[in-house]
Amino acid sequence: MHIIVCVKQVPDSGQIRVHPVTNTIMRQGVPTIINPYDLFSLEEALRLRDKHGGEVTVVTMGPPMADQALRKCMTYGADRAVLLTDRFFAGSDTLATSYALGLLIEKVSETWGAPDMIFCGKQTIDGDTAQVGPGIAKRLNLLQLTYVQKIEDFDLEKKEVTVHRRAEGGIQVLKTKLPCLITMLEGTNEMRRGNMSDALRAARAGIITWSAADAGITNLALCGLKGSPTIVKKVFAPPARTEKAHQIEVADKSYEDICDALLGEVYKRQPALEHDLVKMAPGY
Amino acid sequence: MNDKPKAPAAPGGNSRANTKKELPEHLKAYKHIWVLLELERGVVHPVSWELMGEGRKLADKLKVDLCGIVLGAPGTTAGAVADSFGYGGDVCYVVEHPSLADYRNEPYTKVMTELVNKYQPEILLLGATNLGRDLAGSVATTLLTGLTADCTELDVDAEGSLAATRPTFGGSLLCTIFTLNYRPQMATMRPRVAQVPLLTPGRTGRVIRHEVSLPEDDIITKILGFLPDGTTNKSNLAYADIVVSGGLGMQSADNYKLVRDLAAVLGAEWGGSRPLVQKGWIPTDRQIGQTGKTIRPRLYIAAGISGAIQHRVGVEGADLIVAINTDKNAPIFDFAHVGIVADATKVLPALTETFRKRLAVAATRSAAE
Repeated sequence: MHIIVCVKQVPDSGQIRVHPVTNTIMRQGVPTIINPYDLFSLEEALRLRDKHGGEVTVVTMGPPMADQALRKCMTYGADRAVLLTDRFFAGSDTLATSYALGLLIEKVSETWGAPDMIFCGKQTIDGDTAQVGPGIAKRLNLLQLTYVQKIEDFDLEKKEVTVHRRAEGGIQVLKTKLPCLITMLEGTNEMRRGNMSDALRAARAGIITWSAADAGITNLALCGLKGSPTIVKKVFAPPARTEKAHQIEVADKSYEDICDALLGEVYKRQPALEHDLVKMAPGY
Repeated sequence: MNDKPKAPAAPGGNSRANTKKELPEHLKAYKHIWVLLELERGVVHPVSWELMGEGRKLADKLKVDLCGIVLGAPGTTAGAVADSFGYGGDVCYVVEHPSLADYRNEPYTKVMTELVNKYQPEILLLGATNLGRDLAGSVATTLLTGLTADCTELDVDAEGSLAATRPTFGGSLLCTIFTLNYRPQMATMRPRVAQVPLLTPGRTGRVIRHEVSLPEDDIITKILGFLPDGTTNKSNLAYADIVVSGGLGMQSADNYKLVRDLAAVLGAEWGGSRPLVQKGWIPTDRQIGQTGKTIRPRLYIAAGISGAIQHRVGVEGADLIVAINTDKNAPIFDFAHVGIVADATKVLPALTETFRKRLAVAATRSAAE
């Protein structure tokens, strides 16, 4: 069995700061991590491999330093990692990204065997689009199952998979044919701690690095900024509100007095609220 | 079914998309604004009506029609079609087929792609729900057009192009994105950032029924069942009228109970900031903010939350924001309306008690009237 997992190296969003004067992102020194949503998909792939045998190949597109994220994936137990890096890919939107990753996966399939399953993260924490997974599925003409909460059944013989998919108001139980593309929901599993032998293997293993040409991507007009139909025209800080909060100071007042003052303010600004609360709230 | 993308709705050549050019001939015919109405188990998702409200404004600016799109099983779409007019639609495209009874990517992508290629809208809007995002990504890739995800504001510029604004870099900045040289211009919109417009009963429009061929045997993915969420303890944050939430200022999982006590008295939903989820004090579906739920309640009470930008973008739509925080310079006071500068673990019990007493008095009074 062969499973391909797509990951992305992203800046740790918790540590991003915006310059107070210029409103630009201060990227310097912001550490990078594997997109957290990807780890739920990687873990699920590793579990399937551990149970059914085979190999897990992790792939990414990014700058040369993205090899760090791939090496980390290997310490978790991935069997091989491929980095697609080339200046032609700079400025790719989701359509251009799915084009490049689709061709990369085709090349990986030619080299190490067609995948039975492809995993992507639900979305990334930097782009937050959730569009690249469906995009890759469409590029490869694969069925897609997004927001999967649980892989209920995986039958390699029959080439079938049954999953629980998060939908509005409940869970859809869906069955489809392999190969397919799955994005896992967050919180569905817990990433393993890599063991010593995987850590040693990862340290020794080479990350396979391909250029556009290596991956057989020749139509560069469909890559990067050129191949992106969307254009970011303006980046700006959220407008500041002129009105500051009406602050109630504690000083030497009792908490009861403060809360009375607060309720006064709340009801003054929302005159209908008290009446509605009586109707809505339990037990009055 | 499930064809690889091949018919590009895009100009040829390798020119950069970065500048506005005259649209190629075959894209000039693309006109009108479409909103996919997410009909599931008999109910239209509220974000679809929110989009009708926003779509109406765009249609008026462009002087074009606003069109609802309804897909569903035969005999299930009448209510949604009627409401599409009530919420401002001029035209409603209806596709009924047994294979469209519940959402599946394959048949929905096929039908949406077919509709777009036949009737040629200039703008196609969907909700940034699991359904909307799953479908939009497939449709945009099939049509090879631009798609902007999870927008918080939609507008058209002077030249009539869709300006889709969304948070970027974890919500610290906003960016405005255009799809200038491709059609349709697609976007998904985050639920609860726009308001549901007023329903005008009796308002009517034109219904266009489209017939499709969707043999169930050709659809590979099968629905084996649907497990509805239990009603107990389920978070309904996105559509709650009142929300009480806690942050690290609650200091411990034990103290977090004070948040739930107040929520219980108010009949409110409860939630918290991201660190509380990471600490395991609250479940993931209770997280409020950029990577969690966006809320738009009438009253939002934030206890011990500093108000990082990631939290701010999730709660700014609230009518009234009350903040309790020890630091009077905390960023939450930049967007809260009323604040108490004090320890939330001390204030909450008193606030719960005050609300309880005053509501009991108000209840007695209204019973007497």
